Amino acid sequence: MRRRVRRGRCVYPACALALLGVILAGCSGSGPQSSLEPAGPSARDIDGLWRLVLVLATIVFVIVAAGMVVAMVRFRERPGDTREPKQLHGNTALEITWTIIPAVLLAIIAVPTLQQHFELRDEPDGPRLDVTVIGHQWWWEFTYPGLTDAEGAPLTTANELHLPAGQPVYLTMTSVDVIHSFWVPPLNGKRDVVPGRVTNLKLEADASVPSEDFGFGPGVILGQCAEFCGLAHADMRLRVFVHSPADFDAWVERQLAPAAEPTGTGPIATGYQTFELVCTACHQARVAGSGGVERLGQGVTVDVDGESFDAALAPDLTHFGSRTTFGGASFDATRDHLARWLANPSDLKPMAPERNDIAAGRILGMPNLGLTTDEIDGLVELLESWQ
Amino acid sequence: MALMADTQRTLSPGPRGVWGWLTTVDHKRIGLLYAVTAALFFFIGGVEALLVRMQLFQPNGEVLSSDAYNQLFTMHGLTMVFLVIMPIAAAFTNYFLPILVGARDVAFPRLNAFSYWLFLFSGLLVYSSFLVGGAPDGAWVGYAPLSTQLEEVVRMDFWTVGLQLLGVASIASSANFIATVFTMRAPGMTMLRMPVFVWMALVVAFLLIFSLPAVGIGLFQLFIDRNFGGLFYAAEAGADPLLWQHLFWVFGHPEVYVLILPAMGIVSEVLPVFSRKPLFGYPFIVFSGAAIGFIGFGVWSHHMFTSGMGPIAEAGFGVATMIIAVPTGVKIFNWIGTTWGGRIRFSTPMLFSLGFIAMFVIGGLSGVTHSVIPADTQQHDTYYVVAHFHYVLFGGAVFGYVAGVYYWFPKWTGRLLDESLGKLHFWLALIGFNLTFGPMHILGLNGQPRRTYRYGENLGWDFWNQIATIGAFIILVSFLVFAWNIISSHFLRRGRPAGRDPWDGRTLEWTIESPPPVHNFDEVPQVHALDEFWHRKYAEDDEGRAVRMPDVTGGAVTVETDSGGDGDAHGDIHMPSPSYYPALASAGLVTMGAGFVYLPWGWLAVGVGAVISMWAFFGWSLEPITREH
Repeated sequence: MRRRVRRGRCVYPACALALLGVILAGCSGSGPQSSLEPAGPSARDIDGLWRLVLVLATIVFVIVAAGMVVAMVRFRERPGDTREPKQLHGNTALEITWTIIPAVLLAIIAVPTLQQHFELRDEPDGPRLDVTVIGHQWWWEFTYPGLTDAEGAPLTTANELHLPAGQPVYLTMTSVDVIHSFWVPPLNGKRDVVPGRVTNLKLEADASVPSEDFGFGPGVILGQCAEFCGLAHADMRLRVFVHSPADFDAWVERQLAPAAEPTGTGPIATGYQTFELVCTACHQARVAGSGGVERLGQGVTVDVDGESFDAALAPDLTHFGSRTTFGGASFDATRDHLARWLANPSDLKPMAPERNDIAAGRILGMPNLGLTTDEIDGLVELLESWQ
Repeated sequence: MALMADTQRTLSPGPRGVWGWLTTVDHKRIGLLYAVTAALFFFIGGVEALLVRMQLFQPNGEVLSSDAYNQLFTMHGLTMVFLVIMPIAAAFTNYFLPILVGARDVAFPRLNAFSYWLFLFSGLLVYSSFLVGGAPDGAWVGYAPLSTQLEEVVRMDFWTVGLQLLGVASIASSANFIATVFTMRAPGMTMLRMPVFVWMALVVAFLLIFSLPAVGIGLFQLFIDRNFGGLFYAAEAGADPLLWQHLFWVFGHPEVYVLILPAMGIVSEVLPVFSRKPLFGYPFIVFSGAAIGFIGFGVWSHHMFTSGMGPIAEAGFGVATMIIAVPTGVKIFNWIGTTWGGRIRFSTPMLFSLGFIAMFVIGGLSGVTHSVIPADTQQHDTYYVVAHFHYVLFGGAVFGYVAGVYYWFPKWTGRLLDESLGKLHFWLALIGFNLTFGPMHILGLNGQPRRTYRYGENLGWDFWNQIATIGAFIILVSFLVFAWNIISSHFLRRGRPAGRDPWDGRTLEWTIESPPPVHNFDEVPQVHALDEFWHRKYAEDDEGRAVRMPDVTGGAVTVETDSGGDGDAHGDIHMPSPSYYPALASAGLVTMGAGFVYLPWGWLAVGVGAVISMWAFFGWSLEPITREH
């Protein structure tokens, strides 16, 4: 009997160690959307703070758990044990002590917390890149107000945010419908994107990020909407492409150029006809044709706190072909996906286009437009060509 | 139900059968109704959770559509908070609060029945939404303007109306408990001789009375926005949607303590009994509970650290959140102090109480990490938060209430639950619970947001999601064992007869029969001390060790009574008469609620419901209160 008990005692720590090993194994390789693998100074500050609290909390847990285990082993009722315990009602000195110790521990945590908190909430000093973020059900619109083309139109893209490494970026955010939350864990904590309010977040990616591969290609970091926003909340994702400064400038130059209006006949021309006729009801594009650069489609203007934001109804498609994903960064931009999307968008992503009201600027997803196979093929060709 | 029928036979000379239960005003029968209803909703809420976990078992799961998923997680949250944990706490409070203070019923027995029926009918109203086009799908917090956006869908009106009515039920029962504690304690039962469970129930009653009106106003505003074109939360009209979050959380955070404090009270009853020692630092535990109640009103905005309130406000709420950890920590240390030096019996109630402490410590510490505002901006709305509040509300509250069931089941039914099955239940629940919710900490820190019906591949989330789903099914098995234990002990009559005092208890409920007679006490007890019953059984020797008094055998103790001779002797006990008006009044109110969901033609139902409830309230007020038997 006694031997069995002893063996049992050896087995428990072994099991605990094995479990710990499994947990640690699971922690390593945190993934492309992890707050535990920071890729920028803000996220690294937060991570440092988190690790400090984790260590303190672990110490507290071990002490409390040890107290419990010792009490349970030492004071468990043994067979034949009939001695009654002392009827101790309390010990004021002890109780005051264990009121003060947690208070002191919390004070230790409070100091760096508040310091970091105010630093993280400050605007970045010095030169910075400004990006306007508009939250839509269920996609992200990114506009770079400081980067404009010859006509003065700012660079606009959707779901894929491109940033130069090592440079502070300041986001100015609002929403056209419900509350969303912008979150790219490796770069910073999340910040809600609220209709009727402007919120800000600073992002900065380390200079080394463009050459690092987190699983989705060099320099690619993942994020997604973190505030429940309805049907396709899970598919309101985003990708951040961190470039070296030179690559970023090249990307900006390509994005500021208009798309080309197709000439002649063939699928692309068919696609363009469909695009002009159907897609521009919601989507925008800057297209260079024989008569110069033309801006197709319409948007809405949202006034928030005295600031005016130009928002689109649906993603700008001028450089759709340069994007790696679409549909809230949820689907790889393959021809197959795109054809399925054009045939019936709700087949890929749950949306509520039946409640769209274009005149009121309310869009809850792309409807099934009843396109023919030829039209779909043409649109795929067209959009793929708009690099 | 056999449980009810059986208990009724032993309990009550009043009407039998369904009518007897519909018209009962006996706090014990109402307590059992709460318990059985909460158990049924626990099963439903659990099935919803299992469906959610099946959907998340692997990337791009296809078990549920996005729409179904949103309904299920919304209803899971709403069910577990409002239809399971609050009512199971109400079940214990109803049944034991009067007995523990030496009273024969609550202060307002018919109001008590009204609270129960309103809770039940409101719960059924919310659940009827599944049959008529879909359940609420805007999360249990119902953030505006998402909750006002889909005005053409009635789903969220089931939520606004249902929560409003549940709030009315809770306010009514809170007023009742406060009046009971303040006016109906037995002679000698001073406030600081009340069992900790009674104290915690009192704090909870005050929390509800002060916090529910805030969310009540918010729910009215949302309802008006949705149905009458109100602009309370319309950003395009200049309103600020964050107002809803403030109104919700100024209720929602005290609500967390509403859910956990009664469980802490139960644990504070169980630990001394199974350690054979008094609670260590009773005043500290009582006052820390009250302190948690007060500070609990000053921390609500820690649910909003990412909403953009402004750094100063965030800093203030962060520090307040750290402060509330102190009284919480005090309780933990005092509980361990209670077991220290005792003679610990590891019966099932004790196992669940110890499990409660261990799991609650983890949940409490992860709660402290939320007060670290920058860290919270990473954790907020992720599975880390889901892990945190399940450690508090499942590993914490639910374990505490399960401990309460094992502890008090013999008092309810006269039979003990089986100890072997109880231990099996405990270990399966503990393992399943940790496998389900432990990995969620890692998932959240690795970036998985909550309330998302699917996730992509190659995000490093697959493994832990699979473990979590497996764990959820282990929890299911553990509670099936629990259900079997109850069926076997009570319905199949295999449970060992309990007698009055199966655990060698310390408090007044163990002085009376199991199950108790309808009037609880033949004669109202005279109270001399905290742990009154223990002191009638045990003296202390010179060392301070307990010594059983020689004239006492088993649980059959002669209970000293209030010998004041105020005519309160057995045979002349006034108990309130059964009444169908409380159930009728609730039915009327819920009919009105159902009408409000389906405006404009629902006005008809609103009118009918108003007439019914007016009639019922009128009849209620004219009805004589007591019968003599």
